[in-house]
Amino acid sequence: MKSIITFILTAIIAISYGQPDANEIIDRVDRNMSSENRVFESSMTIHGKRNSRTITSMSYSVGDKKSFTEYLSPAREQGTKMLKLEDQLWIYSPSTDRIIEISGHMLRQSVMGSDLSYEDMMDDRKLTDLYNASVIGNEEVDGRQTWVLELKAKVDDVAYATRKVWIDTERYVPLKEELFAKSGQLLKRSVLSDVVQVQGRWFPRVIVYKDMLKQGDGTEFKITSIKFNQEIDEYLFSKAALKQ
Amino acid sequence: MIKFLLIGLLRDKGRSLVPVLVVATGVMLCVFMHAYVSGIMGETIEMNAKFTTGHVKIMTKAYSDNIDQVPNDLALMDVSALMGDLKNEYQQMEWVPRIKFGGLIDAPDQNGETKAQGPAMGLGLDLLSGNSSEKERLKIQESLVRGAMPEKQGEILLSEEFSQKLKVNPGNEITLIGSTMNGSMTMYNFIVAGTIRFGSSVLDRGTVIADLEDARLALDMVDAAGEIVGYFKTGYYNQDKAAGVVQKFNSENYDPENEYSPFMLSLKDQDNMSLFVDMSEYMVWLVTFIFIIAMSLVLWNAGLLGGLRRYGEMGVRLAIGEEKKHVYFTMIAESVMIGIMGSILGTVLGLFFAFLIQHYGIDISSMMEGASILMPSKIRAHITPVDFYIGFVPGIISTVIGTALSGIGIFKRKTAQLFKELET
Repeated sequence: MKSIITFILTAIIAISYGQPDANEIIDRVDRNMSSENRVFESSMTIHGKRNSRTITSMSYSVGDKKSFTEYLSPAREQGTKMLKLEDQLWIYSPSTDRIIEISGHMLRQSVMGSDLSYEDMMDDRKLTDLYNASVIGNEEVDGRQTWVLELKAKVDDVAYATRKVWIDTERYVPLKEELFAKSGQLLKRSVLSDVVQVQGRWFPRVIVYKDMLKQGDGTEFKITSIKFNQEIDEYLFSKAALKQ
Repeated sequence: MIKFLLIGLLRDKGRSLVPVLVVATGVMLCVFMHAYVSGIMGETIEMNAKFTTGHVKIMTKAYSDNIDQVPNDLALMDVSALMGDLKNEYQQMEWVPRIKFGGLIDAPDQNGETKAQGPAMGLGLDLLSGNSSEKERLKIQESLVRGAMPEKQGEILLSEEFSQKLKVNPGNEITLIGSTMNGSMTMYNFIVAGTIRFGSSVLDRGTVIADLEDARLALDMVDAAGEIVGYFKTGYYNQDKAAGVVQKFNSENYDPENEYSPFMLSLKDQDNMSLFVDMSEYMVWLVTFIFIIAMSLVLWNAGLLGGLRRYGEMGVRLAIGEEKKHVYFTMIAESVMIGIMGSILGTVLGLFFAFLIQHYGIDISSMMEGASILMPSKIRAHITPVDFYIGFVPGIISTVIGTALSGIGIFKRKTAQLFKELET
């Protein structure tokens, strides 16, 4: 009887505010952003303080455990490959013909000089697995209504203890995100745009990351093509594939 | 008169031996200390100049503000044009571009898997162009422990200590893992050409030396350099001249609105070197002053003792009519001779001991473990032309002061009592 009353009260409050439960929101966000597997081609434009440069790559990922990225251009980066298996990351550099495991503090280093760290690249886990969410407000972002969610880590092994996320109320995709350290310091900010429907799900094709501790004007990550639920050769996720 | 006094001094050992030995001891310490301190100061300054500060150094202002982080993303660009201007404008100096870099050195096993890894501090120097004297300046050839100098691109030198830690030998391949000028991770293979030991704990911990062009390739720094260091062609640092060069360069090239414009600093303005430079400038006067004071006190005392011993002699001389001033003057003249003799003897001894320390050195490497300042692990004295005359200043002045003070008593003697004193 007590639980029925609690449920009815929660439902009344939710209806009166016109919004679903915060955890339900991030669950719907996860359904848009995560997939069983995906293959995408992207370009990453790094706007440094002195110059800008663009790096293109092809990525293959299965769930949040396996991913393989090959850099296509510029010439200096061409042929560089990254393999992630569970929580291990290897990089292959064709000029040295060496495979080096990236671990420890090196995971916090920038990927190709961008505003993204290897840690950011590796963490594909679902938000619902990592954070407890609460709705802290409503705001308009870029002409669209959003819920402002505060996400607090419920596991220890996350790079950011707190996140503030602006979720599109209609399409359930984040449009803006701020990532904070345990101390409360703002570490990174990202703005997501060019939201398109791909294979029945909404997905932002452009993400501008800004490492707040780094000089420069941020990194623009643009997905030029993306396909979900593709057949990916299992061999790709092996160290042997790095040298090929 | 001088001959008369000299013969007196030589014949009466009691009058000359002790003061000469006292002066000689003081002068010896003065000369030795000066050479020793000059050695420490000079070698520390020159070692820092050669490896890090140059006599002057050009960087971007942004690089200079964050120099401890070796921020190659803030490095100088269009270096060849800047080098051309420097060579034309400042012909009294030699200019060399350098790249400092940090990173990991990864040594693979026979399967290409990581065998050992260690943090390295790299130095990219012009080793192969044939237009630079970096090899000679840093005495790299003399510092070789195993292997040979890099002779072609892709070869690197490792500190001996570091090579043993990584278990790599000349001929082995290693991989540098670092950051490019753009912040990308970079991996670059080198062949270990040889191992080196500079004799400084800071340098011998994890230094790698690569050719400048290799460093540029590895770090994606085309026509860029972290710093351009300048050395006076005389080989010696001169603060006044360096300040002039800095003032001229910065007024012509530095734009306070642009943090990437070239900015010059003198050796004294870098790495807390001002203390060393100031100390080395004032050291001559400091050592001289201390010894004049200390030896004057000793010789005053010795003069008083001598005065007591020669009390009778003075009395007779005054009694037979010699003027007090004349007696006082002859004592001063004697003291000058004693001072000269003691100074010659002390200088010879001081130079001898300084030469021993200059030649053999004192090993302080055990004290320098974990030190962050660039200091030689073997301290050596450095005999300079100053050491050949510096001892004469305190040697003569202190003897004269000592005698002048102790001799004042002559003027207090009363002629009327002299014969009474002689009778007793």
